[in-house]
This record gives sequence, structure tokens and C-alpha cells, in this order.
Amino acid sequence: MSGGMNLTLRIWRQDGPSDRGHLKTYEVSDISPDMSFLEMLDVLNEQLNAKGEEPIAFDSDCREGICGMCGLMISGDAHGPEKTTTCQLHMRSFKNGETITIEPWRADAFPVIKDLVVNRSAFDRIIQAGGFISVNTGSAPEANAAPVPKPKADRAFQAAECIGCGACVAACPNAAGMLFMGAKITHLGELPQGQPERWMRVVKMVAQHDAEGFGGCTNTGACTVACPKGIPQDVISTLNKDLRYAMTHHGG
Amino acid sequence: MAVTGLFFVFYVLLHMYGNLKVLAGPEAFDGYAHHLRTFGEPMLPYEGLLWIIRVLLVLSLIGHAYSAFTLWSRAGSARRTKYAALKTASSSKTMRWGGVFLLLFLTWHLIHFTIVKPAVNSGVASDTIHSSPYAMVVASFQLWWMVIFYVLALAALGLHLSHGVFSAQQTLGWTQTAAGYRRAKAIGHLVAGLVTIGFAIPPLSILFGLVK
Repeated sequence: MSGGMNLTLRIWRQDGPSDRGHLKTYEVSDISPDMSFLEMLDVLNEQLNAKGEEPIAFDSDCREGICGMCGLMISGDAHGPEKTTTCQLHMRSFKNGETITIEPWRADAFPVIKDLVVNRSAFDRIIQAGGFISVNTGSAPEANAAPVPKPKADRAFQAAECIGCGACVAACPNAAGMLFMGAKITHLGELPQGQPERWMRVVKMVAQHDAEGFGGCTNTGACTVACPKGIPQDVISTLNKDLRYAMTHHGG
Repeated sequence: MAVTGLFFVFYVLLHMYGNLKVLAGPEAFDGYAHHLRTFGEPMLPYEGLLWIIRVLLVLSLIGHAYSAFTLWSRAGSARRTKYAALKTASSSKTMRWGGVFLLLFLTWHLIHFTIVKPAVNSGVASDTIHSSPYAMVVASFQLWWMVIFYVLALAALGLHLSHGVFSAQQTLGWTQTAAGYRRAKAIGHLVAGLVTIGFAIPPLSILFGLVK
């Protein structure tokens, strides 16, 4: 292959949760600009395998930008320089000869499992605390049985784009999970199906968020900039208003 | 954070209005200062309103600083391992260290114009300063280094407000649409600009001899 890229990679290596970890430098050459970022790491891992070295552990699943599994801090940008997921980021977004620093999401609520893999179960526990609606299973109800005004439907759909990747937490100077939580609160709160549990939901989710050790929101907006789905910061405003209403009208 | 902050914004706008009275001359300015003390009499005692506002300001300051330091400490323990490559939003640093600077400035500002009223300008007698607020202000801002210090504090206040006024609206849940969000950002910049310029006019006018 001609016209490939040569890159210097500084990658976080950490054997396990209790290992201190360190940045290690690797060189890769002849990387196609059309490769995805994860394919570039696959190439590096094959080289490491061939040399008998431990390959770099990183998360990925669908590689289509919809599952939320992948996520790397790339030279200080969550998911790299483009507004997309790490798997949908291509090497053409980088310059030949560039040095790229690759780190895991940094938050005490997201402990490192190995190398670039973090445990995001804290998000699952926040969802379990209130990010759901209770419905009877069975055949799907008639689609037009519960009308939804178009602006509310649009806003719910926009918030529902959140894939729970954790980039908002990774980019936040406070390591807060408010954009994630705001997306869930807005998604369910705009729809009739979300109403019965609306006030309980916000109180329980926020309590779980704080118990997990996430930081507090200071509205810097770094989350929205990092979000691969472009979830707007106004969902946090909705969360705040719902929380205040729940605390004052429903006794918390 | 939001409620106490908005109270400060309300106070700062009133304060700015009072300061601009300096342009109308010594009678207007000293008269305004006197009326602030007799405002509401006889329902309120002498300086009654002033003390109500002062107590509210002190309570707000305690609440504001307590919330700020709680958020600061939570942020520290929520990410104990830092990034090697850092591109973090600098606005949180500006808010925090800018806030600490404003607190230090506020301490000096209260000593300067309220509590001690030192004769910083050796050309004006201490008795004159204590008898006329107008004379005190003019004497202070005839000193170029004092003007520089106050303008620096105003720049810090402007930066603090441009984020803070938006942030308060976001916290109170007033920005739930894209239009509301843009409006909140615009109001933040507008209030910041208004306060910075409005407060900068009197000291600069005095320094350049437009007000004597």
C-alpha cells in the first residue's frame, strides 16, 4: 500500500484495576487514511501479537456508531476530533507523522478494567434506579392510541439518540453524568408513557448518580461538544426543572 | 448557586446605577448615598434598608461560596487520575479562580469604601473623604494603579457573569428549547457587557479628568 500514514501513538497501558498504569509509545506505519481509528488499533494489535506482546485492550462492538460501546480519549478529545464515535472516526482526520495520545475515559465512577477499557456499570445502575417505564408486556399497543404532539415527539427522539457511551462524563471538567441523565429524563418525560413515574424517576436517578461518585454539573457545555450524537445541553435544564418540581411538589 | 448568583446580579445592577450618579456631580452622588440611608423612614430605622440588603448579601455570599467549593471538591474526587493530554474547557477554571479573585477583591473593596475608608490618595485629607462619598471616590480613582486594579476586577466580574448568568438560567430550568438556550447565552453576555462597561465609566472618567 502506498501513501500510507506513519503515526506515533502514546497509549495508556494498565494491567488491571489495581495496576498504576503508564503511557507507552508505539510506532505504526503505512496506515490507510480510509481506516477507522479502531482498525488502526487492530493493525497495531496484530503487530504486537506477532511479536508476542500483550495486545492493547479496548472496547468495541457494532462499529457502526450506534451501540455506545467504544470510546477513547484521543489527544484530549472524547471520540477524537470529529463529532462521531471512535469507531466511525477515520484516520484521514489526522495528519501524517502526528503523535496521538490515547487514554481511557477518566472518572472515578468509571474505573479502568484494563488498558483502555473502563467499567461503565454506573450508567446501568442509574438507569435501573429510574430510567425506565413500567408497561405490561404482550402485543404492541395500537400506535395512535397515545397521541404525542410533534414538538414533544421530536425532542424525545433527539434525546433518545443518547447511546450511553460516556463521552459526556469523560469530557466534563467535573466528571458529571448530567448530559446522559438529562437525555433519559427528557426522552421519557416528553412522552405520555413516561408520565406516571416522571417525578420519582428524576429523584432516584440523581440520587444514584451522586452515590456513584460522579461530579456536579457547572454548565460548562463540554459534554455537548463531546457528544457523538449532539445531545443539546438544554436536556440538563429539563432535568433541573423536573428535579425542582419533584422536590417541591412530591416531597422528594 | 443560581438563586444567590441572581441576587448578586440584581444588587450589582443597582450598585452600577448608583455609581453612574457620580457623573451628575457631588450633590447628586452624595444625595443618593444619603437617601440610601434614610430610604423607608420612618417605617425603617436609619440605614435600615442598607442593613437588610447587607444581611441578604452576606447570606448569599455564604451560600454561593459553599456551593462553589462543594462542586470544586466533588470535581476533584470524581476524577483523581487526570488526563495526560488535556483540552478541558477553561471556563470552569475561569469561574473558580476568577471567583476566588473576586472574593479577595471584594474584601479590599469593602475596606476601601465602607469599613475603613483609608486615605489612599495623599493629596486629599482624611476628613474630606469621610464627609463626602463623592470626594472619596474621586480621590481614589485619580490614582492610575487603583483604576487598573478595579478594571482588572471588572474584567474578572464580566467573565464570571457571562457564564454565571447563563448557568443560573440553565439550573433554574428556563432553557428547555434551542431558542431558550440561545436567549440565555445572549442574556449572559449582555449582562456581563453592561456591568463591565457601566462600572468602568466612573473610574475612567475620573482618571481622565472628565469628573473632578
